[in-house]
Amino acid sequence: MTEIRTQLRFILNDRDVVLDEISATRTLLDYLRLDRRMTGSKEGCAEGDCGACTVLVGRLRGGELRYESINACICFVGSLDATHVVTVEHLSAASGPLHPVQQAMVDHHGSQCGFCTPGIVMSLYGMWMQTPDPSVNDIEVALQGNLCRCTGYAPIVKAGRSISAYGKVVADPLVAERQSITARLAALRDGRRIELGTGKDRIIVPASADDLADIYAANPTGTLVAGATDVGLWVTKFMRDIGPMIYIADVADLHGIAELDGALRIGAAVTYSEAQAAIVARYPQLKEFWSRIGGQQVRNAGTIGANIANGSPIGDTPPPLIALGASIVLRKGDARREVRLEDFFIAYGKQDRQPGEFVEGVIVPALPEGEQFAAYKISKRRDEDISSVCAAFRVKVEDGKVASAVIAYGGMAATPKRARAVEAALIGKPWTSATVEAALPVYEVDYQPLTDMRASAEYRLLVAQNLLRRFFLETTGAAERLTREVA
Amino acid sequence: MNKQSPITTSPLHVSTPHDSAAKQVAGRADYIDDLVEPEGTLHAYLGLSTKPHADIAAMNLDAVRAAPGVVGVLTAEDVPAENDISSVHKHDEPVFATTRVVTWGQPLFAVIGTTREAARRAAKLARIEYRDLPFFTDVDGAMAAGGKLVTEPLKLERGDVEAGLAASPRRVTGRVRIGGQEHFYLESQAALAVPGEDDEVTLHCSTQHPTEIQVMVAQVLGIPHAAVTVNMRRMGGGFGGKETQGNLFAVVAALAAKKFNRAVKIRPDRDDDFQITGKRHDFVVDYDVGYTDDGRIQAVTATFAARSGYSADLSGPVTDRALFHADNAYWYPAVRVNSLPLFTNTVSNTAFRGFGGPQGIIAAERWIEDIAYALGKDPLEIRKANFYGTETNNITPYHQVVEDNVIQRVIEDLEQSSDYQARRQAILAFNRTSSVLKKGIAMVPVKFGISFTATWHNQAGALVHVYRDGSIHLSHGGTEMGQGLHIKVMQVVADAFGVPVERVQITASNTGKVPNTSATAASSGTDLNGMAALDAANQIKARMAAHAAFIYEVEPSEVQWEFGGIRAGQQFVPFDELATSCWMNRVSLSAAGFYKTPKIHWDRATGRGHPFYYFAYGAAASEVTVDTLTGEYVVDRADVLEDVGRSLNPAIDIGQVEGGFIQGMGWLTTEELWWDSKGQLRTHAPSTYKIPLASDVPRVFNVRLAEWSINKEPAIGRSKAVGEPPLVLGYSVVEALSMAVASVADYRVAPRLDMPATPERVLLAVERMRKGLQ
Repeated sequence: MTEIRTQLRFILNDRDVVLDEISATRTLLDYLRLDRRMTGSKEGCAEGDCGACTVLVGRLRGGELRYESINACICFVGSLDATHVVTVEHLSAASGPLHPVQQAMVDHHGSQCGFCTPGIVMSLYGMWMQTPDPSVNDIEVALQGNLCRCTGYAPIVKAGRSISAYGKVVADPLVAERQSITARLAALRDGRRIELGTGKDRIIVPASADDLADIYAANPTGTLVAGATDVGLWVTKFMRDIGPMIYIADVADLHGIAELDGALRIGAAVTYSEAQAAIVARYPQLKEFWSRIGGQQVRNAGTIGANIANGSPIGDTPPPLIALGASIVLRKGDARREVRLEDFFIAYGKQDRQPGEFVEGVIVPALPEGEQFAAYKISKRRDEDISSVCAAFRVKVEDGKVASAVIAYGGMAATPKRARAVEAALIGKPWTSATVEAALPVYEVDYQPLTDMRASAEYRLLVAQNLLRRFFLETTGAAERLTREVA
Repeated sequence: MNKQSPITTSPLHVSTPHDSAAKQVAGRADYIDDLVEPEGTLHAYLGLSTKPHADIAAMNLDAVRAAPGVVGVLTAEDVPAENDISSVHKHDEPVFATTRVVTWGQPLFAVIGTTREAARRAAKLARIEYRDLPFFTDVDGAMAAGGKLVTEPLKLERGDVEAGLAASPRRVTGRVRIGGQEHFYLESQAALAVPGEDDEVTLHCSTQHPTEIQVMVAQVLGIPHAAVTVNMRRMGGGFGGKETQGNLFAVVAALAAKKFNRAVKIRPDRDDDFQITGKRHDFVVDYDVGYTDDGRIQAVTATFAARSGYSADLSGPVTDRALFHADNAYWYPAVRVNSLPLFTNTVSNTAFRGFGGPQGIIAAERWIEDIAYALGKDPLEIRKANFYGTETNNITPYHQVVEDNVIQRVIEDLEQSSDYQARRQAILAFNRTSSVLKKGIAMVPVKFGISFTATWHNQAGALVHVYRDGSIHLSHGGTEMGQGLHIKVMQVVADAFGVPVERVQITASNTGKVPNTSATAASSGTDLNGMAALDAANQIKARMAAHAAFIYEVEPSEVQWEFGGIRAGQQFVPFDELATSCWMNRVSLSAAGFYKTPKIHWDRATGRGHPFYYFAYGAAASEVTVDTLTGEYVVDRADVLEDVGRSLNPAIDIGQVEGGFIQGMGWLTTEELWWDSKGQLRTHAPSTYKIPLASDVPRVFNVRLAEWSINKEPAIGRSKAVGEPPLVLGYSVVEALSMAVASVADYRVAPRLDMPATPERVLLAVERMRKGLQ
């Protein structure tokens, strides 16, 4: 029998917090601003898209303490057990000197109206601890989730590059106190299940994957919450109740990234950020694509498992994973089954998942040698935008002919979906421009996309076709890609 | 007493950080929602229409009233005086709709609850029955429905246009669509009302126009202006979106505060803010231009149709300003331009940085571009052929003579520093060999008229106190929204008194200290309030100097201000000692300053006058690379040169230019307002409405101030306004995209790229080029 704790415990800046009760829907931002009257973190959008509420959350991952920027507005307090939450208030005392990040921002005129500024300071801070001498690109990535409407960012980027001129990372309090915080967080993580509240305010944090299986089987109407980058909006925008909330993203045995029989096995609670190194190492073709999923804060919170389980037709990971032939492990109680990812998506809002069943992991096969693979994301804005169209191609060419082709798109149908007719039009044909051109009309067999605020049906179809052209040109070395590298 | 004056210099014309920078980076700068709430503060939330045009058949609010945490509900019946907040007094903007809604998101009622969440949840429980009416949300729909206007249109005319067009060897006609823009101030609208005795009420508002909040609250409550006090320390961004759009929130908070005798706060969720408040006007411009074989414009006629939304708001002056800028920097021998401020079933469009001026300028740049493609020339050549002269060819369509033209020098300077010609040649060469990626470059000028065109707005007040310890309290009629107005006015006052900036304490804008103010808008904040503060400082200085002459027994002519104090004959008296001495000797150390802009006048009926005190100039050259398979693009480089006269604070001004350029670029590229077929705006949050990120900034971004420039008019410190003009320069990105698109068809036709030039519009334009269509 799993032991149960009925308290949530975490560290907020320099204080221990113990909560006996908190609503399942209470966000960290409201907790800070309303319950604690810590108003440094701002609400700009309440949907994780502007970054004005950015805070750092330190968590133990594999025993190592890692601070990451997240959006407090869509982070539930119930997800914070055994973490160190660091807000802008922690960086400098009212009477003391400013933190190096803050002084750099002042000296480079990085704030105008100042409302986005605390969030930008926190994003830069999180970056600087990892990368004391950042490039412009490093800063742009760190700020993918931070909107500033006043400055045009130029002074903020200059400030970001100069932080180390104002102080050394080793002298930073969070770095200096790393060992003691690690020990305190390890002590908070006592291996017990956490249960708070009742009814719609019930919060359950399973102790392990097995515990989760028991809990979810017993509470199949509960809401599984991982990074809350979508569920957060159910609460902040639609004011839905989500209890009982079953928070799964800190379940340690859902965090594995391992290689088995040549395939990459990724636990369902692995975030985009956690997976990035392993994904890019094995599939270098996804390097740029991966850095364009959400913004930094979203990648730090959102998980691959939930991106799949959510079933959205515009999730970014399904198209490349389908193209790579990935499958998922579904678990209910002790029963597990493996489903090909492309078969998981049945219709809009409907997946092959039974009540009480959850995604435990993803299995991504290695890219067979000699196969061509690429993934593309098309969006109105380059970074931190939802795809208008997302595409992935895996083609094997033998003796100049297409031996196999797997092509998957997001944003083109009610689910992530393979382009079966287009694939058929390519297979067995010579891998030439003529073959590609001849296959283009077949797209209308596979897809009848919608017009919405992100793109028209006309554009979606055209750009989907052109991405096949682009893929072909790239495999023949004939097309350059736009890049955003800054000298 | 014979102290040497410290060797130091004036704080004017020196880069100085924003007055609140240290607090902002630390999260200690308070915005409305951060203020400590009075005990028992209640929270208001608005109930909104979910139809773009309908009669209200029934409104059942029982469930709202019965919801947990609800204290009460306000509807039009709870308005003691006028149920109207039209800022231009057209009586077309009810606080709460009564029998009919004319836009999606129109307020119907307000819920007052013990918490914001309780009020917000309860607002969803209303049961409204509608009877649908026909609606239209854009210019095309408005024209098809008969072209109803929300306010009087304007015509500007000079010369014989028909004769000019008829005599022109060449003609171009066309249409350009320019999208609207959401302000996306990071701090949403917010107001906190605290009831006082009798009629009194005090408001803390995020507003660019405290006086108008005061007037509207008084109007709705039926109380004198004097009973309403509005306090405003800082906004988390305004950009024009808090000139009139804060009225609704302030009025609702005040109504509730008086009704329940409790402090009441209101702050809409971002999605609701998007759906309630007005935006930049979309324009559809139809033009007919005659020109010569060498590209000199002979005659222009154009109609500027604007999506104004459901009420007049500021659509009159906004569409006026579009016409005032339809010449940009160009001489038109004959010209006639008309405005059509069209009614649409959308939010009521409003002020936004540039105030219609950018749309006027973009239209002008579009026909310049058309002429260039028709003649096979670089648009920059056509620009140069049409610039205003200095002695001749210098009369605007509104009959004001351009007396300070420096556009030729601006362009010449930027052309050199950006290496424009060589880069253009390199790009032409690149495009000849690159099949998928194509590049473009464009240089665009701006001339922007500075002053409110409603002449009476060009006045300002300030209040300055010198305390007996020599510290200085400053309040003026302007508001701080991030633009650095406060630090600039602090610099002006510090310079006047010869003290360091730190000696000057800026305080919240407050209608009790400085009355009857104008909106902080039209780029005029520093020009107006800086001069008013200087007037106040000079009054106090005169008294202090007279006192020094008296007490040190020297002639008034022997008294001189130096940095740090005053020299009276041989004596140097530090400023703080002089202040103490003045107080001991009963000399008043407080003054109210005032300023009104000279020289300006405007007769709207005849379309003639001198509406602008001076012009601010600038130019930008942008280079882009386009993926012609997807329409995606990257801005490789932008060089910007801005004429701000003699800058009061170069760092602040550079910040305005950089920020303005990026905001303009965002407007014209990725920021798209999209209404669905039911009449609802569907891009109503940052998840769907995409403003620029750090990674959208030009990879090389060179921004300079024209250091050689000095304002010919005696404006404050010989500086020029900076807030709005640079925004227009973002258009250079669109024209560069246009060139990249045109390269697909060997530059034979103008691509006529509409705005915002999203990747979709760029790709569809590429397709048109490929198919040989225009």
